[in-house]
Amino acid sequence: MDVLKFLLIIGTGLFFIGAFGFLTRRNILTMLIAVELMLNGAALNLLAFNRYLWPDRLDGLFLALFIIAIAAAEAAVFIAIVLRLYRNMRTVDVERVSELKQ
Amino acid sequence: MHYLLLLKHELAATLAIVVLLVARLGRNRETSFYIHLGYLLLLLHVFVSLFPSPEGQLFAGLFVNSPLLGLQKSFLAFGLLLIALTADRWLRQHEYVPEVFLLMISSLLGLFLLISSGSLLMFYLALELATLPIAALCNFDLRRQQSSEAATKMILSSAFSSAILSFGISLLYGSTGSLRFPDIAQRLSGSDPLHVIALVLLFSGFAFKLSVVPFHLWTADVYQGSPVPVTTYLSVVSKGAIVFIFCTALFQVFAPLQSFGRLLLIITAVATLLIGNLFALRQENLKRFLAFSSIAQVGFILVALSGGTKEAVSAAVYFVLVYLFSNVGAFAVVGIVSAATGKETITELRGLYHSNRLLSWVLALSLFSLAGIPPTAGFFGKFFLLMAGAHSSQYALIAFAALNMVVALFYYLRVVRAIFLEPPFEGVQSLNLSTAERLALALSVAGILISGIYSGAYEAIAALI
Repeated sequence: MDVLKFLLIIGTGLFFIGAFGFLTRRNILTMLIAVELMLNGAALNLLAFNRYLWPDRLDGLFLALFIIAIAAAEAAVFIAIVLRLYRNMRTVDVERVSELKQ
Repeated sequence: MHYLLLLKHELAATLAIVVLLVARLGRNRETSFYIHLGYLLLLLHVFVSLFPSPEGQLFAGLFVNSPLLGLQKSFLAFGLLLIALTADRWLRQHEYVPEVFLLMISSLLGLFLLISSGSLLMFYLALELATLPIAALCNFDLRRQQSSEAATKMILSSAFSSAILSFGISLLYGSTGSLRFPDIAQRLSGSDPLHVIALVLLFSGFAFKLSVVPFHLWTADVYQGSPVPVTTYLSVVSKGAIVFIFCTALFQVFAPLQSFGRLLLIITAVATLLIGNLFALRQENLKRFLAFSSIAQVGFILVALSGGTKEAVSAAVYFVLVYLFSNVGAFAVVGIVSAATGKETITELRGLYHSNRLLSWVLALSLFSLAGIPPTAGFFGKFFLLMAGAHSSQYALIAFAALNMVVALFYYLRVVRAIFLEPPFEGVQSLNLSTAERLALALSVAGILISGIYSGAYEAIAALI
């Protein structure tokens, strides 16, 4: 099996494991980790495509770098919001965060 | 000089951010100083919009600009000024005013870059710059549980949707070898399954941001829990910008996949109209009610885009302008009453007419415009949207949309009836409006009436495309 296929399988696998985790887990921090998995799957895909299909330009590499940076920024805002949520409601379980009418 | 004109909106936003940062980091001043500084910076922004935007691109095609894009950005800048004016009462009660302006203008800068993006790299960066500050803003009633909950739901849904988007982008890059819009459009073909999957993933990313059914579940909770100015920003400015870039993506990047794109648009348009209207019928909280009404309005835009012609773009841009005035008007009244009394439900606003005549008339006019009743601009907005949708000869879809307008009329009039005809409930006291609030109400009423009566607005937009 060539390397590109192998990397793409891992990347896609990470993405769908993340999506599954996001939809089934109820702890907000675990959901953040799941989203990070999805983003890393996409970044890995970009890197693999760049290295093996389009090696003459570095578009994919740069986008992957930016995805990592943005994921960090997103995590920072995310955790600030979760801290606030915990102070207000004393829980990080999304099932119990349901003040608003369903 | 050319650079300055090309980047005028972005430079104005950056300048505003720098000034606010300096003002915040310097010695502490009174809230009213920051509020006036914020208004001044936003006014400068609107002033900058008066200069014409030339056609051109910068940074090797990462950033593109044209008269049409410049006009769209001017709408957004004007919308933010209106929102800030309506938020006057809320801002005066708030302890972190410079931060509110900073986050709003950062997000606006993100939206400008988003509209102007010529590459998926820029698109992704700008989208995140636009959404992350909004998530923080949703949290800005710091001690209210509902506000925390809204922020949590906002950041969860936006993180999930941007992950889906980035995976779609990676597939698109893999199959075309470029991130630039013109290159991608050249190499796409309607028969490649990978391209179809990439389109579906990008479409669902957009659908999340636009709250198109089936990705609308976060909308009502976020709109209800956030502070009213933030809800207004989300439903008017942010949604408007995403409609603009969605048009670009559909008509320029994904043009080769048009027939499949049309199928997606028709299915989601029907679902969005149906769900938006059905749920709006039974809402009691006004913010939640306006959330579902805004979902239904996006359904009409999708109907127009499924027509697939140039007129769809001009109709969508015109509709966003009209929708901006109408929605700001409606949210302004809800926001003023909510900031003054904490009352937000339709029952609590019963008989508002007896104590606050001006507010009641503005709310009624905005709701008429949202419903699309003839003398107001909303009628023409909907009319052009449906005309544009009719180009693809999907007459069943147009008839369905027109039927939905009748249903919508029912629930908008229900609110108007509660305000004007029903006996007062606990009596909201008569409110004194500040100058900023009066100005905002006057501007949105003028916008609703003028963009409806004066037919030049639509023609001017259509001439730019």
